[in-house]
Order: sequence, then structure tokens, then C-alpha cells
Amino acid sequence: MEKKENGQKPKLKLAVYWGAACGGCCVSVLDVHESLFAVTEKADFVFWPIALDIKYNDIKAMPDGYIDVTLFNGAVRNSENEYMAKLLRDKTKILVAYGSCAHMGGIPGLANFFNKDEIFNRVYLTSETTFNPEQTMPQTEYEVTEGKLHIPVFFDDVKPLNHVVCVDYYLPGCPPKTERLVEVFMAIATGAQLPSKNSVIGARDKAQCDECDRKKTENKKINKILRPFEIVDDGETCFLEQGIICMGPATRSGCGNRCIKGNAPCRGCYGPPPDITDPGAKMMSALGTMIDSNDPIAIKEIVEDIADPAGTFYRFSLPGSILRRKIL
Amino acid sequence: MKQITIDPITRLEGHGKIEIFLDDEGDVENVYFQVPELRGFEKFCEGRPVEELSQIVTKICGVCPGCHHMASGKAADAVYGVEPPPTARKLRELFYMAHFIHSHIAHFYALAAPDFVVGPTAKPEERNILGVVKKVGKEIGTEVIKQRRIAQEIQALLGGHQTHVVMNIPGGVRKGLSEIERVDILGKAHRFIEFARFTLKLFNNEILANKVYLDLILNGPYSLKLHSMGLVDENNKVNFYDGKVRVVDTLGNEHCKYSPNDYMDYVEERVEPWSYLKFPYLKKIGWHGFKEGQDSGVYHATPLSRLNAADGMTTPEAQKEYERMYSVFGGKPVHATMAMHWARLIELLYASERCFELAEDPDITGSELRASVGKPIGEGVGIVEAQRGTLTHHYWTNEKGIVTKANIIVGTTNNNAAICMSLKKAAQGLIKKGEVVSDGILNMIEMAFRAYDPCFSCATHHLPGTMPLILNIRDKEGNKINTLKRD
Repeated sequence: MEKKENGQKPKLKLAVYWGAACGGCCVSVLDVHESLFAVTEKADFVFWPIALDIKYNDIKAMPDGYIDVTLFNGAVRNSENEYMAKLLRDKTKILVAYGSCAHMGGIPGLANFFNKDEIFNRVYLTSETTFNPEQTMPQTEYEVTEGKLHIPVFFDDVKPLNHVVCVDYYLPGCPPKTERLVEVFMAIATGAQLPSKNSVIGARDKAQCDECDRKKTENKKINKILRPFEIVDDGETCFLEQGIICMGPATRSGCGNRCIKGNAPCRGCYGPPPDITDPGAKMMSALGTMIDSNDPIAIKEIVEDIADPAGTFYRFSLPGSILRRKIL
Repeated sequence: MKQITIDPITRLEGHGKIEIFLDDEGDVENVYFQVPELRGFEKFCEGRPVEELSQIVTKICGVCPGCHHMASGKAADAVYGVEPPPTARKLRELFYMAHFIHSHIAHFYALAAPDFVVGPTAKPEERNILGVVKKVGKEIGTEVIKQRRIAQEIQALLGGHQTHVVMNIPGGVRKGLSEIERVDILGKAHRFIEFARFTLKLFNNEILANKVYLDLILNGPYSLKLHSMGLVDENNKVNFYDGKVRVVDTLGNEHCKYSPNDYMDYVEERVEPWSYLKFPYLKKIGWHGFKEGQDSGVYHATPLSRLNAADGMTTPEAQKEYERMYSVFGGKPVHATMAMHWARLIELLYASERCFELAEDPDITGSELRASVGKPIGEGVGIVEAQRGTLTHHYWTNEKGIVTKANIIVGTTNNNAAICMSLKKAAQGLIKKGEVVSDGILNMIEMAFRAYDPCFSCATHHLPGTMPLILNIRDKEGNKINTLKRD
């Protein structure tokens, strides 16, 4: 950041961009509500498709490293996402993978249980309301009578941001809690010391369970796994102790236990806690210590009650996990 | 032939592109609106437990997650053959009113108002919410942000998560409402009503009282004769959360009225090779191309179509405004695309009044939040009105309630063909041979698109906002002969 002649710090140059995303990450930025005016006193948004009139060509024209911070949200699903990730990497000093999709693939990453052909077949051919006798599929280049039309290439895999570019920091959550974003923003704006590169920021260094208000018993054992609608949740007892799969042990805290406060078990959007690389592996080991049996057959029966283990343990993280995708 | 590319239209969820082809004379030959994105939720919902879907499909859209949550929750209820108890049903609807209020406020002030309050051909740097604030005063601007925030807070209170709500569970909701919370919401709802009244007054004074704008609404290149779709209650009144889907044709006669389970008999989707987004149409009429009129299968599903498809509103003040709008247009149905903005504000008043009614309802603080759930029937459909159109979720499951198939028709998808046609009509009306394609013209083409409040346009709901455009004019060989940028 260059200094202005009068010694005042120049305003930060911020960019917010989305790949394969739902827009919820942008909403989390906008949910600063009335404080938005305070944020714009310290920073200029130089690129933010949701809100501002700045175009790809303007980004291309910027010198490398021109943008101080880019919050890149969304996964990399197609060729346009990848192109923009690379472009913004070049133009940005601090590139932040913002939100679960950029961090580990997020919900769109569940598509890695399938491939492109399976997705296209369902959406464009077999869907009950689709009438497509000629089996038309979207084409990346298509010639209409008036000329040529183009759309991006749909990849076979969903990728987190760090599979296509180097990422400086990860700010997790679906979407990140606005308060965490503000903390990180203030740290950058005031020139505070940032953690080492390639680390998670804007989250806590504990697991969800460490911040959860629900009652827990020491060494509680369970002998049955249930679905959330199969119990009457008392609103107070640890979900796991009630037999409900909750990703709390395998998830980093920082969200304020928002789903749990809504009486829904955690699904892991903040990614694994510090020193854990794979949330699914961590969850399986956490469950292993809770199952009340040493009999392999009984254990197998209990574990088989888990509905959709892969889709639950890797709900937000399949592309960024050690599994990456289903082998097809 | 010249090709004008508008890319990127950055206020889309993801990315969007408009291709305008000019003939050798310089008149508009054709317009293509392309959605270059697909995530494939229909496929990857397969294998998931059906009760988890209401938390997965919220991620279809971070601006209207509550709509997907509700449609999905209702579909999951249907899969298990359960009806939520009255308290749960009303809590869902209460949440849903707050969801509509937040979205409609943001759309009107951040997206629609700049074009009218600031002006359709005003300088781009002023044509945004900050320009609106400058014109109407910071006090009002702050009030807009505040009312939207309060609506968001009510959603967080009822739905757990501030964005991706976790309220629904098969047979009901996870969390009840206390008496203290109810009283608090009642006060807030009262202020929503006042704010909606104020907004309609603003619309009246700043837009309808302005002859140029009124003429634009009534006679501009923004009219399409389409069939109208909307959810109605047993008296054919507008309902966002529940009821039957009614379609009236371009003349206002009932084309069909169907229960959610029967949607497949009435709606069909077409695939075009140049877009990732499908094009729904009325099945009984069939697809006859991008054509308007009584014989075309193209319909729209917007605030205006909801009002067209219904016989009125259930709340008193919204009903009065409903009658006033149709009296200005001289009857039903209305085909003026720009009237979608007006209809949206009438809905804002309805949602506010309905929010108040529900907060007054003694059932709302009841303790019976869930019906007991047995074995899955194996199939279920849930339909709600999303802010941007009728939203259908349809799931099939195995005997364990694991999803084997899913079909989803999203609100804005209904309007895909209509948006293409509106853009073409606006471009044809505004781009004239031999005349310079100015920024003002570009903006007025965008206005055709903006009226739909498309769901892939998240920015529509937020600060500040003009749609960034690059317009490349190319010759037949694709060489760029001119570039027009709006900064």
C-alpha cells in the first residue's frame, strides 16, 4: 500500500467476486447494514459485480497487484470461473477464499459425486418436465442464423479456489458470519499483523463443540443413530448424545453456532478445526469414540444407520477433501 | 450483420450475457439472453436424506434462500404425508412474509428506484441507490437499510441462520416463538406497514405523477402479452405460501388452476443449445417459439402476473392499492412490464399487513411445532411463490426417505423466455438505424430486464447499483468496430 504525500493512508482497494456461488457471500458483505457507510470510508470497492459498475476489461487494465484485497467467493465450476480466478490472482495482493465454496467446494461441490454427463442428462434430458426429443444440450459454441453464441465450458469437477490459484487466506462459512468479516477487514484496514499466509482467518481456533451451549456428558456413549425428525429435540442436549449426527466435533467454530441455536445440527460449513485436514475422517473418529459397543457386528449395524455418510461428513468439503470426488 | 455483446451483465448470480444482432441497416434482428451457468442441484440432491434438502437447496440462491427452504420443506412434508400443525404452518408463513419484505424493499430502492427517481438516462454514476438517497434524503436512505435489516433479523429469529435458514423439519418447524418475541414482531410489522405505505406514496408522487414516466409505463417498448401465473388461495386471492397455481391467459380468462401435485400436466421445459437455463412454457399450449400472444405457450411468473392471476388481496390496504392499479390501467390483465414494479410494492404492503395479522394470531406462540412423522410415501411436491415467480420442488425417495430423483423449477426460470422477449422488444424499440447507441439507451434496455427482478441478479436487491455493461459492436467477421463502455 503506497503512502499518500500528506502522510494519510490511502483507502484500501477491495474487490469481491463470485465463481459458482449462490450470492449468499455477497449478502453477508451487505449485511453490515448501516455500517456500510463506515466501511466505505476506509475502503473503496474497485470491483464488486453485485453492486458496482466495473467490468472485466477494467480489471484487465489494472496493473498486477493493484487490488489490496479480493474476497473470492464461489467454487470453480466452469472455464469462466477459472479464468477470473487467475486474472484476480494477478491483480491482487491478498487473495482470500471467501466462504465455504471457495474454501473447500461447498454445496456445489456435492456435484463431485457425479460427473458432467450425469448432471446434463438429468437436467436436460430425463427431468420430468423437460421435453427434449432432439436431445439438445447446451453447446459452448453454437451457430444461430444471425451469428455465433458462446457459453463457458462446464467442467467435470468442482474445484475449490486453491486448486487453480495460490490462495493467501481462507475465510470460511456458508456464508461467513458478517461479524468475522468485519473483524478481518478492520485488522487489514488498521495494518494489524496478519497470520502467516495460507491460513484460516476470520474463524476461531476451536471446534464447534467447544463453543456450543448444549449440555454434554463426559464420555457419553450412543447405541443408535437417528434422523433429526425421529426425535423430539429437547433444545438443550448435545445432538450427538441424542443420536443425531452433528458435525460439531469436526468443524471449526466462529459462526456463533447459528444452526444449532436454530435447533438444527451443524453441517460443517466452517471446515475442519485447526490441525485437522479432513473433516470426514475427523467425524468418523469422533463417532468411533462414542459408539457404545466393541462388537464389530453391532458397530456395523449402528454405523449403517447413518443416512448418507459421505454427503453428510463432506457436505461442504468434498472437492477440498482427501476424497476430492467420487471415482466414476 | 453487426453483433452487439453485452458481457458481463455483472449483477447476475454468476454471469449473464446479452447478444444483440443488428441487420445491415442497423436495426435489431434478434436478441439472445444467455445464462452461462449451471450447478446441477437436481442431480446432486440425489442420495441425500430428504429432510436435509431444505438446508441444501437454500444454497441455490443466497438472496431468496427462504423460498427454496419453504418449497423444499413442503415437498419433504408431502414425502412423509404429513401436515404441519397450525402453529408451525403460521410460523413458516410469518418467516416468509419477512423474507418478502426484505427482498421487495431492496429490489425497489436499490434497483428500480434509480431508473425512475434519478432518471432512466441520468448519468450512470448517479443512477444507483446512492443517487436515490441524494434525491430523497439520507434519512429515507437510512430508513430503507433499517427496515430491510429488521426484516432480516426476524428471519434470523425464526429461521436460526441469518441467510441459509434452518427452520423446517418434516412435519413442522424446529423452533417456536415466545410471547416477548411475538410482541416485538408485532411492533416491527406495524412499522413495515407504515414503510410500505410510504413507499407506495413515493411511487405515486415520484413516478406516476411524472408524465414522462407514466407514459413509459403505459406506452414504452415494455409491453408483452403473456399468460400470467400465480399461487392463489381458495377464494382466488394472492397467497405466497400456499394454495393452487392459477394461470390466466392474455385475455384474463382462467387457463388452468392446478394443485402442486399436478404441475407436470401444465408446465413443460425446453432446452436451447445456447443457454444453460431451460425455457418453461404452458404444456397444454405447447412451445411455439419466442412469441407473445394468446397462442404462445410463454407465460410470466412475477408480482404482476400474481396479481393478474388472482381476484384480489386478502388484506384491506393492499386490496385498495390493487383496485387502484387496475383502475389506472383500465382493467385486467395488465401487460405493461414496468407495472411489475408497482405490483411488487402492492405485494410489499400485503406482506407487511399479513406479517401483522400473523403476529396477532393467538396460534403463533403455540407449543405444538411438529406433527409426528411415519414412513415416507415416496414422492412429494412443494410449491410456493418466490419473490421472482412460482417455485416448484419435486422429490422422489426410497423407503428410507433417501432422495432418488429431484425436479426443480425455479422462480426466475419461469421467466427465461419472457426476459429474452422483453429485451428484444426493448432493443427493437430503442435502437434505431443510424442513431448512436448511447448509455441511456443501454440502460433503458436493461430496464426491461430489471422489472422481472431476476433471481440470478442478486445485486438487484442491494447497494448501490447500475448494471455494468460493455457493448462491443462487431462486423460480420467478428472484428470489433466500436466499443461502448458505461463507467
